[in-house]
Amino acid sequence: MDDIILREISLIVIPFIQMYGLYIILHGHLSPGGGFAGGMVLGLSMVLFVLVHGAERTLKKISHDAATVVESLGTAWYIVIGLVGMAKGATFLMNQGAGINVGTPGQLLSSGLILLITAGVGVKVASTILTLFMALIEEDH
Amino acid sequence: MRGLLMLALAGVIVFALAGAVAELPAYGRPNPTHNLVYERYVEAGVRETGAVNVVTQIIVDYRAYDTLIETTVLFAAIASVLLLNRAVRKDGGRHG
Repeated sequence: MDDIILREISLIVIPFIQMYGLYIILHGHLSPGGGFAGGMVLGLSMVLFVLVHGAERTLKKISHDAATVVESLGTAWYIVIGLVGMAKGATFLMNQGAGINVGTPGQLLSSGLILLITAGVGVKVASTILTLFMALIEEDH
Repeated sequence: MRGLLMLALAGVIVFALAGAVAELPAYGRPNPTHNLVYERYVEAGVRETGAVNVVTQIIVDYRAYDTLIETTVLFAAIASVLLLNRAVRKDGGRHG
Protein backbone atom coordinates (compact mmCIF):
# COMPACT_ATOMS: atom_id res chain seq x y z
CA MET A 1 0.00 0.00 0.00
CA ASP A 2 2.20 2.81 -1.24
CA ASP A 3 0.06 5.87 -0.85
CA ILE A 4 1.28 9.26 0.37
CA ILE A 5 -1.92 10.06 2.26
CA LEU A 6 -1.81 6.76 4.16
CA ARG A 7 1.87 7.13 4.91
CA GLU A 8 1.65 10.68 6.28
CA ILE A 9 -1.59 10.16 8.23
CA SER A 10 -0.32 6.93 9.79
CA LEU A 11 2.77 8.72 11.08
CA ILE A 12 0.50 11.25 12.81
CA VAL A 13 -2.01 8.72 14.17
CA ILE A 14 0.34 5.94 15.39
CA PRO A 15 1.94 7.91 18.27
CA PHE A 16 -1.52 8.73 19.64
CA ILE A 17 -2.60 5.07 19.43
CA GLN A 18 0.56 3.99 21.23
CA MET A 19 0.06 6.66 23.89
CA TYR A 20 -3.48 5.35 24.46
CA GLY A 21 -2.19 1.77 24.67
CA LEU A 22 0.39 2.76 27.29
CA TYR A 23 -2.31 4.67 29.18
CA ILE A 24 -4.54 1.58 29.32
CA ILE A 25 -1.63 -0.60 30.47
CA LEU A 26 -0.45 1.79 33.20
CA HIS A 27 -3.98 2.47 34.47
CA GLY A 28 -4.90 -1.23 34.61
CA HIS A 29 -5.37 -1.10 38.38
CA LEU A 30 -7.40 2.12 38.29
CA SER A 31 -9.80 1.88 35.35
CA PRO A 32 -11.14 -0.78 32.96
CA GLY A 33 -8.38 -2.24 30.83
CA GLY A 34 -5.05 -3.70 31.81
CA GLY A 35 -2.23 -5.68 30.29
CA PHE A 36 -4.16 -7.67 27.70
CA ALA A 37 -6.33 -4.83 26.38
CA GLY A 38 -3.55 -2.21 26.40
CA GLY A 39 -1.04 -4.58 24.85
CA MET A 40 -3.53 -5.30 22.08
CA VAL A 41 -3.88 -1.57 21.29
CA LEU A 42 -0.08 -1.18 21.33
CA GLY A 43 0.37 -4.23 19.09
CA LEU A 44 -2.29 -3.09 16.62
CA SER A 45 -0.57 0.29 16.24
CA MET A 46 2.48 -1.64 15.02
CA VAL A 47 0.28 -3.76 12.75
CA LEU A 48 -0.98 -0.50 11.21
CA PHE A 49 2.65 0.50 10.57
CA VAL A 50 3.33 -2.85 8.87
CA LEU A 51 0.23 -2.53 6.69
CA VAL A 52 1.08 0.99 5.52
CA HIS A 53 4.89 0.96 5.35
CA GLY A 54 5.57 -2.69 4.55
CA ALA A 55 7.39 -5.47 6.37
CA GLU A 56 10.91 -4.41 5.34
CA ARG A 57 10.75 -0.99 6.96
CA THR A 58 9.22 -2.47 10.11
CA LEU A 59 12.02 -5.03 10.42
CA LYS A 60 14.55 -2.16 10.37
CA LYS A 61 12.85 -0.74 13.47
CA ILE A 62 11.99 -3.98 15.32
CA SER A 63 13.85 -7.10 14.22
CA HIS A 64 12.48 -10.63 14.59
CA ASP A 65 15.00 -11.37 17.30
CA ALA A 66 14.08 -8.29 19.34
CA ALA A 67 10.37 -9.17 19.20
CA THR A 68 11.09 -12.78 20.20
CA VAL A 69 13.30 -11.72 23.12
CA VAL A 70 10.65 -9.27 24.40
CA GLU A 71 8.08 -12.02 24.04
CA SER A 72 10.05 -14.47 26.16
CA LEU A 73 11.09 -11.83 28.70
CA GLY A 74 7.43 -10.87 29.21
CA THR A 75 6.59 -14.39 30.38
CA ALA A 76 9.78 -14.68 32.45
CA TRP A 77 9.09 -11.28 34.04
CA TYR A 78 5.75 -12.52 35.38
CA ILE A 79 7.44 -15.48 37.08
CA VAL A 80 10.24 -13.29 38.48
CA ILE A 81 7.64 -10.93 39.96
CA GLY A 82 5.89 -13.97 41.42
CA LEU A 83 9.14 -15.02 43.09
CA VAL A 84 9.31 -11.67 44.93
CA GLY A 85 6.51 -12.92 47.16
CA MET A 86 8.45 -16.10 47.89
CA ALA A 87 11.64 -14.13 48.62
CA LYS A 88 9.71 -12.22 51.27
CA GLY A 89 8.65 -15.45 52.94
CA ALA A 90 5.09 -15.76 51.64
CA THR A 91 3.63 -17.80 48.76
CA PHE A 92 4.24 -17.45 45.01
CA LEU A 93 2.59 -14.31 43.52
CA MET A 94 1.59 -13.02 46.97
CA ASN A 95 1.18 -9.25 46.88
CA GLN A 96 0.03 -7.39 49.99
CA GLY A 97 0.08 -10.53 52.11
CA ALA A 98 3.85 -10.73 51.63
CA GLY A 99 4.31 -7.32 53.23
CA ILE A 100 4.69 -5.36 49.97
CA ASN A 101 3.67 -1.73 50.30
CA VAL A 102 0.59 -1.28 48.11
CA GLY A 103 0.49 2.51 48.51
CA THR A 104 -2.63 4.65 48.49
CA PRO A 105 -5.47 3.09 46.46
CA GLY A 106 -6.34 5.33 43.52
CA GLN A 107 -2.82 6.67 42.96
CA LEU A 108 -0.98 5.79 39.75
CA LEU A 109 1.97 4.30 41.67
CA SER A 110 0.05 1.94 43.92
CA SER A 111 -1.13 -1.68 44.14
CA GLY A 112 2.36 -3.13 44.53
CA LEU A 113 3.11 -6.01 42.18
CA ILE A 114 -0.08 -5.57 40.13
CA LEU A 115 1.37 -2.57 38.28
CA LEU A 116 4.60 -4.45 37.44
CA ILE A 117 2.76 -7.59 36.28
CA THR A 118 0.36 -5.55 34.12
CA ALA A 119 3.26 -3.72 32.46
CA GLY A 120 4.99 -7.02 31.68
CA VAL A 121 1.84 -8.61 30.27
CA GLY A 122 1.15 -5.50 28.15
CA VAL A 123 4.58 -5.52 26.50
CA LYS A 124 4.30 -9.27 25.96
CA VAL A 125 0.87 -9.11 24.29
CA ALA A 126 2.04 -6.25 22.04
CA SER A 127 5.01 -8.26 20.82
CA THR A 128 2.82 -11.36 20.41
CA ILE A 129 0.49 -9.47 18.06
CA LEU A 130 3.41 -8.08 16.05
CA THR A 131 5.26 -11.41 15.83
CA LEU A 132 2.13 -13.29 14.80
CA PHE A 133 1.25 -10.73 12.15
CA MET A 134 4.79 -10.67 10.74
CA ALA A 135 4.90 -14.47 10.63
CA LEU A 136 1.64 -14.59 8.69
CA ILE A 137 2.42 -11.71 6.29
CA GLU A 138 5.85 -13.09 5.40
CA GLU A 139 4.41 -16.43 4.44
CA ASP A 140 3.42 -14.95 1.08
CA HIS A 141 6.93 -13.87 0.13
CA MET B 1 -25.34 -57.86 26.84
CA ARG B 2 -23.49 -54.75 25.78
CA GLY B 3 -26.71 -52.74 25.57
CA LEU B 4 -27.60 -53.86 29.09
CA LEU B 5 -24.19 -52.71 30.33
CA MET B 6 -24.68 -49.32 28.69
CA LEU B 7 -28.10 -49.01 30.25
CA ALA B 8 -26.70 -49.80 33.71
CA LEU B 9 -23.89 -47.26 33.23
CA ALA B 10 -26.37 -44.58 32.10
CA GLY B 11 -28.47 -45.37 35.17
CA VAL B 12 -25.49 -44.88 37.47
CA ILE B 13 -24.63 -41.54 35.83
CA VAL B 14 -28.24 -40.32 36.03
CA PHE B 15 -28.37 -41.34 39.69
CA ALA B 16 -25.12 -39.46 40.47
CA LEU B 17 -26.24 -36.33 38.62
CA ALA B 18 -29.67 -36.36 40.26
CA GLY B 19 -27.99 -36.69 43.64
CA ALA B 20 -25.78 -33.70 42.87
CA VAL B 21 -28.78 -31.61 41.82
CA ALA B 22 -30.67 -32.58 44.98
CA GLU B 23 -27.77 -31.23 47.05
CA LEU B 24 -27.97 -27.77 45.42
CA PRO B 25 -29.57 -24.96 47.45
CA ALA B 26 -33.15 -24.21 46.42
CA TYR B 27 -33.67 -21.65 43.71
CA GLY B 28 -33.68 -18.11 45.12
CA ARG B 29 -32.30 -19.14 48.51
CA PRO B 30 -29.02 -17.53 49.59
CA ASN B 31 -26.07 -19.54 48.41
CA PRO B 32 -23.32 -19.43 51.06
CA THR B 33 -20.32 -20.25 48.84
CA HIS B 34 -21.20 -17.66 46.26
CA ASN B 35 -21.97 -14.80 48.62
CA LEU B 36 -18.96 -15.26 50.89
CA VAL B 37 -16.50 -14.94 48.01
CA TYR B 38 -18.36 -11.97 46.57
CA GLU B 39 -18.46 -10.14 49.91
CA ARG B 40 -14.79 -10.76 50.53
CA TYR B 41 -13.77 -9.29 47.18
CA VAL B 42 -16.00 -6.23 47.53
CA GLU B 43 -15.19 -5.46 51.15
CA ALA B 44 -11.50 -6.34 51.46
CA GLY B 45 -10.34 -6.07 47.85
CA VAL B 46 -9.11 -2.49 47.86
CA ARG B 47 -7.35 -2.88 51.22
CA GLU B 48 -5.72 -6.18 50.29
CA THR B 49 -4.49 -5.28 46.80
CA GLY B 50 -4.29 -1.49 46.60
CA ALA B 51 -6.06 -1.54 43.23
CA VAL B 52 -9.44 0.18 42.81
CA ASN B 53 -10.40 -1.80 39.68
CA VAL B 54 -12.14 -4.96 40.90
CA VAL B 55 -11.46 -6.88 37.69
CA THR B 56 -7.72 -6.23 38.01
CA GLN B 57 -7.84 -7.12 41.70
CA ILE B 58 -9.19 -10.53 40.82
CA ILE B 59 -7.24 -11.42 37.67
CA VAL B 60 -3.81 -10.10 38.75
CA ASP B 61 -3.94 -10.67 42.51
CA TYR B 62 -6.47 -13.23 43.77
CA ARG B 63 -6.34 -15.23 40.52
CA ALA B 64 -2.76 -14.42 39.51
CA TYR B 65 -1.96 -18.09 38.83
CA ASP B 66 -4.72 -18.17 36.22
CA THR B 67 -3.30 -15.11 34.46
CA LEU B 68 0.21 -16.57 34.57
CA ILE B 69 -0.94 -19.72 32.79
CA GLU B 70 -2.95 -17.60 30.37
CA THR B 71 0.24 -15.73 29.47
CA THR B 72 2.00 -19.08 29.04
CA VAL B 73 -0.73 -20.19 26.63
CA LEU B 74 -0.07 -17.10 24.50
CA PHE B 75 3.65 -17.88 24.61
CA ALA B 76 3.08 -21.50 23.56
CA ALA B 77 0.82 -20.40 20.70
CA ILE B 78 3.32 -17.92 19.29
CA ALA B 79 6.21 -20.37 19.72
CA SER B 80 4.38 -23.08 17.76
CA VAL B 81 3.43 -20.65 14.97
CA LEU B 82 7.07 -19.55 14.60
CA LEU B 83 8.27 -23.16 14.76
CA LEU B 84 5.88 -24.33 12.03
CA ASN B 85 6.60 -21.27 9.90
CA ARG B 86 10.35 -21.87 10.08
CA ALA B 87 9.99 -25.60 9.34
CA VAL B 88 7.85 -24.92 6.26
CA ARG B 89 10.32 -22.34 4.97
CA LYS B 90 13.31 -24.66 5.42
CA ASP B 91 11.38 -27.31 3.55
CA GLY B 92 10.88 -24.99 0.57
CA GLY B 93 7.17 -24.93 1.28
CA ARG B 94 6.62 -28.32 -0.35
CA HIS B 95 4.34 -29.58 2.39
CA GLY B 96 2.96 -26.15 3.22
